[in-house]
Amino acid sequence: MAKDLVEFRNLETHFQTTAGTVKAVDNVSFIIREGETLCVVGESGCGKSVTAMSLMQLIESPPGKIVGGEILFEGEDLLKLSKREMSRIRGNQISMIFQEPMSSLNPVLTIGNQISEPLMLHMLLDRKAAKKRAIELINLVGISRPEKIFDSYPHELSGGMRQRIMIAIALSCDPKLLIADEPTTALDVTIQAQILDLMRDIKQKLNTSILLITHDLGVVAEMADYVVVMYAGKVIEEAPVLELFQDPQHPYTKGLLKAKPIINQKQERLYSIPGQVPNPIDLEDNCHFHDRCEFCMDICKVKQPPFRSHGKDTHKSACWLYEEEREVL
Amino acid sequence: MSADVMPITENKNTKAKAVDTPWKTAMRRFTRNKLAVIGFIMIVFMFILCFIGPLFSPHNLFDYSLKNKNLAPNGTYWLGTDKLGRDILLRMMLAGRISLLVGLVATCITVMIGATLGAVAGFYGKLVDNLIMRVADIFMALPSLPILIILGAVLSDLKVHPSSRIYYLMVIIGVLNWTTLARLVRGQILTLREQEFMQATEALGLKDKRKIFKHLLPNTIPVIIVAATLSVAGAILSESALSFLGIGVVPPTPSWGNMISAANNLIDFRKRPWLWIPPGMCILITSVAINLIGDGLRDALDPKTKK
Repeated sequence: MAKDLVEFRNLETHFQTTAGTVKAVDNVSFIIREGETLCVVGESGCGKSVTAMSLMQLIESPPGKIVGGEILFEGEDLLKLSKREMSRIRGNQISMIFQEPMSSLNPVLTIGNQISEPLMLHMLLDRKAAKKRAIELINLVGISRPEKIFDSYPHELSGGMRQRIMIAIALSCDPKLLIADEPTTALDVTIQAQILDLMRDIKQKLNTSILLITHDLGVVAEMADYVVVMYAGKVIEEAPVLELFQDPQHPYTKGLLKAKPIINQKQERLYSIPGQVPNPIDLEDNCHFHDRCEFCMDICKVKQPPFRSHGKDTHKSACWLYEEEREVL
Repeated sequence: MSADVMPITENKNTKAKAVDTPWKTAMRRFTRNKLAVIGFIMIVFMFILCFIGPLFSPHNLFDYSLKNKNLAPNGTYWLGTDKLGRDILLRMMLAGRISLLVGLVATCITVMIGATLGAVAGFYGKLVDNLIMRVADIFMALPSLPILIILGAVLSDLKVHPSSRIYYLMVIIGVLNWTTLARLVRGQILTLREQEFMQATEALGLKDKRKIFKHLLPNTIPVIIVAATLSVAGAILSESALSFLGIGVVPPTPSWGNMISAANNLIDFRKRPWLWIPPGMCILITSVAINLIGDGLRDALDPKTKK
């Protein structure tokens, strides 16, 4: 098995609001291995992005704060690094692709300028070498006429091209980990497929690990090696991708899979999980999914289920359905 | 799984018609604005008059000849002479050099101080922002003319040589004007720094200095250009006012302001209008022209106006 690259250990990121504390990320642990694509799935507001932001330490503080846990990157705890050490890792060893390609590029600087920037900063290239490398990168992400694109401004490119440029910028310093925060959400379907192809291709070529955040299970099926399902700030299930699709354990995961349209199957209405994500302020110490769960039991309302494997080692979930303890209560 | 990624092929038709850069669009909008173009022509004319005109003058700045004093406009002296027999036209053109220079240099100083402080205040926020903006408030609360008069008087007291006095004046006018620009830039930066591309620069691990000067300030250039243009006119007017009051540019160095003040007695005012009308017209034309350009630029650089 490949080496561990990043390990989240009991990460807790909280936001202080006037209404109370929001535990956006609550005791989250998982591991990203080298050369592996890990997908984090979940509804809006379940803490996917905050987990990634915590890794990059881009949590706006205040109101946000990482209150506990560790994030080990190659054995080193990122949370203990100074601001300067952290900015040496950002963009260099860990880089990030954002959701909105339209607004993630600075409108007044040329594409070339923006790709060269991290090269000159982290790789200490001079302007000429940076330009050469930037043109290589533009080529790598599959845009023709890289010299021309080098001198264009973001508004002259389409959304798909801009997202490719974002990927080029993210890849500029050969990062070990690429975080993609819903990289295809703002793009139309054909471009989505191209971008995903591109990312998969790059992963193979450069052996980069990818942390892919998405709520699109189609994307997960296509990209992931390993899947982490989050709900209300907690990891509720994690498994290798095939396992998860074949044998989902948590009712929430089952619901997500049911809510996905299937080709060649006529359905009048798509299934949707009833109810909404609970109000994240001051959540009680129970299973946060209990009020939407069709298998809800008494114990679900009062006690949090432990997160562990039931059967296979690699497949873990947090649900009382699979625990013996419920009979005792 | 294909190893090669399908390249994006561009549509030749749409690309053949080159996409306008923001500057081209702004230029087109500006040239369509008649008043702005008139203003631009006027200011170019003033520059040519002041910087090239004197080269063709047969007269000398220090040609005193009392026998030619107070002549009305005629063939030799197109705009007449003053009470020391000096050519008004030549003095007016040379005065223009100084006034325009004061306007430009003072504005450069204003922009440098104002943009930097405004950007720093907006970027860091909190204590830094409070500190800088409260100082700006203090500057704004002080009425500028009395301050300028006091500083002018101090310069006179320090016996600063008339020729170097002009440089002090540029600095003083420039420094006193930074607040408006700082506020405008700060406001812009406050919204810009929340944009996603700034989060992206953070994710790239860029340094603060680079973020401010490379990524944020270029985005505020439209605001800076408009404010700077208008402040050129303001600086010229301040200089003229000070020189008129006798504490700006002092004779024998000519300036539009002190040329008018030379005509500040009733006889000169009523009987010899050639003493004060030409420099007065110059001030008027210059400041109107610059204001027209400023308004034109504001409309041209405003992304919301679709023309």
